[in-house]
Amino acid sequence: MSAPGSDSQGMHYLESLPRRAVTVYLPLAVFVCVLLFPFYWMTITTFKPNAELLSREGNPFWVLQPTLAHIEKLLFQTSYPQWMWNTVVVSVVSTCASLAAAVLAAYAIERLRFRGAKPTGLAIFLAYLVPPSILFIPLAAIVFRLGLFDTRWALILTYPTFLIPFCTWLLMGYFRSIPYELEECALIDGASRWQILVKIILPLSVPGLISAGIFAFTLSWNEFIYALTFVSSSETKTVPVGVVTELVEGDVYHWGSLMAGALLGSLPVAVLYSFFVEHYVSGMTGAVKE
Amino acid sequence: MAAVTLSQVRKAFGSTEVVHGVDISIDDSEFCVLVGPSGCGKSTLLRMIAGLEEISSGRIEIGGRVVNDVAPKERDIAMVFQNYALYPHMTVSDNMGFSLKLAGRPLQEIRSRVDEAAQILGLREYLERYPRQLSGGQRQRVAMGRAIVRKPQVFLFDEPLSNLDAKLRVQMRTEIKELHQRLRTTSVYVTHDQIEAMTMADKIVVMNMGKVEQIGSPLELYDNPANQFVAGFIGSPAMNFLPGRINGAGIDIGEGIRVPVPAGATVAAGREVVVGVRPEHLAVGADGLPATVVVVEPTGADTQIFCKLAGTDITAVVRERHEFHPGVPIRLTAQLTYLFDPASGARLA
Ligand SMILES: Nc1ncnc2c1ncn2[C@@H]1O[C@H](COP(=O)(O)OP(=O)(O)OP(=O)(O)O)[C@@H](O)[C@H]1O
Ligand SMILES: [Mg+2]
Repeated sequence: MSAPGSDSQGMHYLESLPRRAVTVYLPLAVFVCVLLFPFYWMTITTFKPNAELLSREGNPFWVLQPTLAHIEKLLFQTSYPQWMWNTVVVSVVSTCASLAAAVLAAYAIERLRFRGAKPTGLAIFLAYLVPPSILFIPLAAIVFRLGLFDTRWALILTYPTFLIPFCTWLLMGYFRSIPYELEECALIDGASRWQILVKIILPLSVPGLISAGIFAFTLSWNEFIYALTFVSSSETKTVPVGVVTELVEGDVYHWGSLMAGALLGSLPVAVLYSFFVEHYVSGMTGAVKE
Repeated sequence: MAAVTLSQVRKAFGSTEVVHGVDISIDDSEFCVLVGPSGCGKSTLLRMIAGLEEISSGRIEIGGRVVNDVAPKERDIAMVFQNYALYPHMTVSDNMGFSLKLAGRPLQEIRSRVDEAAQILGLREYLERYPRQLSGGQRQRVAMGRAIVRKPQVFLFDEPLSNLDAKLRVQMRTEIKELHQRLRTTSVYVTHDQIEAMTMADKIVVMNMGKVEQIGSPLELYDNPANQFVAGFIGSPAMNFLPGRINGAGIDIGEGIRVPVPAGATVAAGREVVVGVRPEHLAVGADGLPATVVVVEPTGADTQIFCKLAGTDITAVVRERHEFHPGVPIRLTAQLTYLFDPASGARLA
C-alpha cells in the first residue's frame, strides 16, 4: 500500500493475459458458440437415426449410433444433386453478369460526371430498398410473358434486379476512394476511358470486386422467394426451395435429410468466404493505400 | 519542343469565374514558373493547358496549334502531379513505360527508353519496385521519369516539390533545373513558393486572384515590380511598406520622420503614397530613420532585425554583425525606395 504506483506497474505485467482473456477471448468464445451452434445442430441431426431423433431419452446433443441413411436418401432419392447444380449455375451466372453491369454503372455514375449522375445513384440505391416480397408479383407476370417460367433463365435474369443495385452501390464507394489524379494522369498518358477502367481502376478495385462478388453470390445462393415462385418442376429447383418443398411432405418433416441438405448447401458459401476472407475485409475498409 | 501561348484564357466554374482573361506567351525551351498565393488559379490554368479542364473562353496554342478542343493525350504534353499519381499496382518500370505501351511502341524501344530515363534520374536499382516501396524523393523522381520517357513537347509541373521536406526540396529543385538544361523541353511549373520561382525560372508569371500581375525574368520582377502585390510577393523577407504623404521633396511617414522622394518620381504634393523598401536595402547607421528593435535573428551569414518604425513593423537585413537587444533605438537609412498608390497598388516610382 505504501507504493501503489510501482505495485500496479508490477501487477500489470501479470494481469495483462488474464485481462485479455476476460475482455477479448471470453466474449469471442461466447460469440463463436452462439454462431456455430446451429451448424452443430445440423451436423448431429444429419447423422442421427430416426429412432434416436424422435426419442425423449438420452442426450439430445449427442449421437449414439451415427448413420448415413439421411444423406443417402438426400442424394439418391431426391434430385438434390440437380438442385445443387442449378444453384451453382444460377448463382455464378447471375453474380458475374451483375458484377459486370455494376462495374460499368458505378464507374459511370462516380467518374463520368454526366448530368443527373447523382440522382441516378440515389435511384439505384432506392431500387435496392424495394423488397423482393413486393417485386415478385409483377416480376412473375413478366417471367410468364417471356416464356421463361420454370427455367433457370427465370432466376438468372431476375436475380440481377437486386444484385446490380447492391453491387453498384458497393463499388461506387470503392471507386470514390481511388484518387482522380491517377485517372487524369492515365488520360495524359494516352489511355482511353476503357483502358483507364481496365488497366487502372479494376486492378486497384480487386478487393472491392471480391466483396461485391461474395455478397452477390451469397444473396443469390440463399434466394428463396423468386426461386419458389418462378420455378416449379423438381429439375429446375434450387437448394433452398428444393429442400423445403420436397423434404417436407404434408406435416411430415424429414428432419435428418432436411438438415443434411441445409448443411451441404451451406458448405460452398463457407468455403468461398474462408478463401477470400482477407480480401473481403480489406474490401470493406477502402481502396488505395500507397 | 514548342512554344505555348495563352490568349485571353478564362475559366468559370458554374457562375464563378476563377481565371479572368490571362495572356501568357512561353517561348520554346523556356522554363516558365507560375507563382501566386493559394487559390489564385495556378493549378486551374495548368490543367487547362493539359486539357484536363475545359476553357470557358480564349485560346491556347501549343507549338502553333490551337489545342482548345484537343484531347489531353493528343497535346503531346506530360504532367507531374503534386501527389505524384503513380499507379500503385505497377512497378517503377511499368509506371514509366505505361504511356509508351499504350502508344503501342515495340517492347524493345520501351525498355531502352525507360532505361535511359532511369539512368538520368538515378533510378536504375528501383525499376522492379512498387511505388509504396519508395521514399518521397524517389517517387518524385519516378513521376519525372514517367514524364521524360515520352519526350513530350511540354512538361507541366503542379507543385511537384511541396510534399518533400525542406532539404530534399532544395536538392530536387537543382535536379529539375539540371534536367531542363539537359533536355531543353518547354516547361510550365506551378508553385506558391517564390524562392522556387526565383531560383528555377527563365520567366516568372505572378498571379493573383485569377489575374496575371506581372511577367518577367526573376531579376526584372525583383528590381522592377509593377505593383505593390508583386513587390510584396517576390523577395524574402518581404518588402516593407510604410504609408506616407508627399511633402515637398520628401515623404512624411510619421511624426517628423521623412524619407526623400525617389529620384525621377513625379508625384503631386500632398498625395497619399505607400513607400516600399526591401529589408536588404536598409542600412543601420549613425543617423537616419529612428526605429526600435523588437527581435533580432542572426542566421550566420546575415542578421534579420525586426523593428518598429513610425508604428509599423519592418524588417531589415544587414550583413555586418551587431549586438542589438530588444528595445534599443537604432537608425536606419533606406538606400532604395519604391512608391505605390495606396488604393490601386500601382507603382508610382
Ligand atoms: N472543380 C472546381 N469547382 C469549383 N471551383 C473550383 C474547382 N477547382 C478549383 N476551383 C476554385 O478555383 C480557384 C483556383 O483554384 P486553383 O486550384 O487553381 O488554385 P491554386 O492557385 O492552384 O491554389 P493552390 O496553391 O492552393 O494549389 C479556387 O478558388 C478554387 O476554389
Ligand atoms: Mg494548386
